Amino acid sequence: MLSAAKAQPQLNLTDSLVETIAAGARFVRRHAIASIYHAGSGHPGGALSSADLFAALFGAELNFWPDNPGDPARDRFVLSKGHAAPALYAIGAYHGFCDPKAALALRKLHSPFQGHPHIGDLPWTESSTGSLGQGFSVALGMAMGLKLQKSQSRVYTMLGDGEMQEGEVWEAAMCAAHHKLDNLCVLVDYNKLQSDDRNDNIMRLEPLAAKWRAFDWAVAEIDGHDIAQILSAFRRVSSTHGRPAIVIAHTIKGKGVPYMENIPHWHGSVKLTRLQAEDALRALGADPREITELLDVSF
Amino acid sequence: MSASSAPSLIAQTGDSLREAFGKALSGMADEFSNVVVLDADIAGGTGLHHFRKSHPDRFLQFGIAEQNMMAAAGGLAAVGLLPVVTTFAVFCLRAVEQARLSLAYCRRNAKIVASHPGIDVGPDGGSAQALEDLAAFRAIPGMTVISPADPVEMALATRAILQFDGPVYMRTGRSPARRIFGDDHVFHIGEGRIVCKGRDVTIVACGVEVARALDAAEILAREKISARVVNMATIKPIDSELLARCSRETGAIVTAEDHNIHGGLGGAVAESLAATAPCPIEFVGVRDTFGASGEPDELAAHFGIDAKAIAEAARRAIARKKKRH
Repeated sequence: MLSAAKAQPQLNLTDSLVETIAAGARFVRRHAIASIYHAGSGHPGGALSSADLFAALFGAELNFWPDNPGDPARDRFVLSKGHAAPALYAIGAYHGFCDPKAALALRKLHSPFQGHPHIGDLPWTESSTGSLGQGFSVALGMAMGLKLQKSQSRVYTMLGDGEMQEGEVWEAAMCAAHHKLDNLCVLVDYNKLQSDDRNDNIMRLEPLAAKWRAFDWAVAEIDGHDIAQILSAFRRVSSTHGRPAIVIAHTIKGKGVPYMENIPHWHGSVKLTRLQAEDALRALGADPREITELLDVSF
Repeated sequence: MSASSAPSLIAQTGDSLREAFGKALSGMADEFSNVVVLDADIAGGTGLHHFRKSHPDRFLQFGIAEQNMMAAAGGLAAVGLLPVVTTFAVFCLRAVEQARLSLAYCRRNAKIVASHPGIDVGPDGGSAQALEDLAAFRAIPGMTVISPADPVEMALATRAILQFDGPVYMRTGRSPARRIFGDDHVFHIGEGRIVCKGRDVTIVACGVEVARALDAAEILAREKISARVVNMATIKPIDSELLARCSRETGAIVTAEDHNIHGGLGGAVAESLAATAPCPIEFVGVRDTFGASGEPDELAAHFGIDAKAIAEAARRAIARKKKRH
């Protein structure tokens, strides 16, 4: 199956693989917008900026088996930027971890799709996250434990850029390099915006790649909306012997919805009106039938 | 939880609780082969140098970075290991939120074992003396909270928490601890135990205060006051049944802990009895202030948690009981 097919270094990146992943990314963006509309709150900006990373990660990099999500041989993914939960639920639905329609019931009482992932509700999310920095440490613990057990499984985690202002992130960065966790890969959704404003105005992160290099990580810096670049970065970082890897993916907050792109307001938890949701879905290429399917849902 | 026998590395009389824990864990490590120890550059202080020496491949160094260590324990548990997070109690406070989200909310089978709680820390002074840890960890849903009283009980509790499935916070202790229990002692999580019979008042204590409560019972006996002493080694879940029984049988309660009087053992006892069998309760603990440098017994007298203070609290509780009748 596609989801279990790891991109091999010698593989020629065919247009069809890129197109398959692009289709997954389109699904993630539309589903996330619809679920945030139904929830009446949620973080659309980061879900849209990270959609291509999710699609490439689940579509071509992670080894997993949705019919046996707890298989010990699987690779692990922990969403450290837990507020991008709508994108995680969407890619999970796309790959058969949950029902796509059920996953539209975001942030509702008695729904397992909480505002931030909870392993008690959805075991395939691997850890409860939402308090920034912690998912990274959890992923580090998994990588350390898998290495101790001589497992070949790899561990991936996605961090936001604002998240890197947490001290715990740098504790983990030092620790992963010290323990030579080359089975650990961090993805950064570097969209330059955080809750209140631009990173630069809140707490400067630059020079970001240099910081991680100084911490002795293997660093790849890419365009996080170029699927071929994402896949190529995955191939490079899966062979970093003796060092953990980080893919710094430059992204655009709100990518794909013109009225949201690069506007900090759409980071935070927002309420989307019906018109805004329809506008967004049209911009994401949804036709009237799909818009109805996504928005005219009762729970 | 089955009663368990003493471990192979027997604690010596006069061992501190941290030494007893370190020896016990090291002695059980072959039996519990998935145990890994997480340390933040403080194994010499937590008693884990025994484990580091006996099982270096399962001793994981996190450096002076407790937040990362605490959350990483969640990841280690997720892949089937049994992480034992060890540091000083005051640094566990630094990582309460990691324990909340990445351990308790995820229902990870991880153990947090905190040495140097309370003013028992002694000379290091107020900054190092955690008087809030029982309250903080008790407030986390699903967290079991334990504070054993002597080296024998510490060894039994170590086995019990490794057998127990779920997140646990357990206090050890810095200073030499008096041996209270014999080799036939049993420990079950969630069970308090009467360690001295009495009928006029019940002193409910945990950790290093159990020895002081027994001394207080002796002081009171000389005044013909019959004081019962309960070792309440599990603060959460609290043994409500035993507490209600003691309330009904003795009509007055004193709680004693090396912790702030707010939110720890005293709080747990009061919450329980308010719902079952209310009676006058006096609280012995540090009275909502910070500690200070000094020797542990000196500090116990200064902050009013020594045997004399416990006996005085017992007299007050009995007086209040008499006034009610």
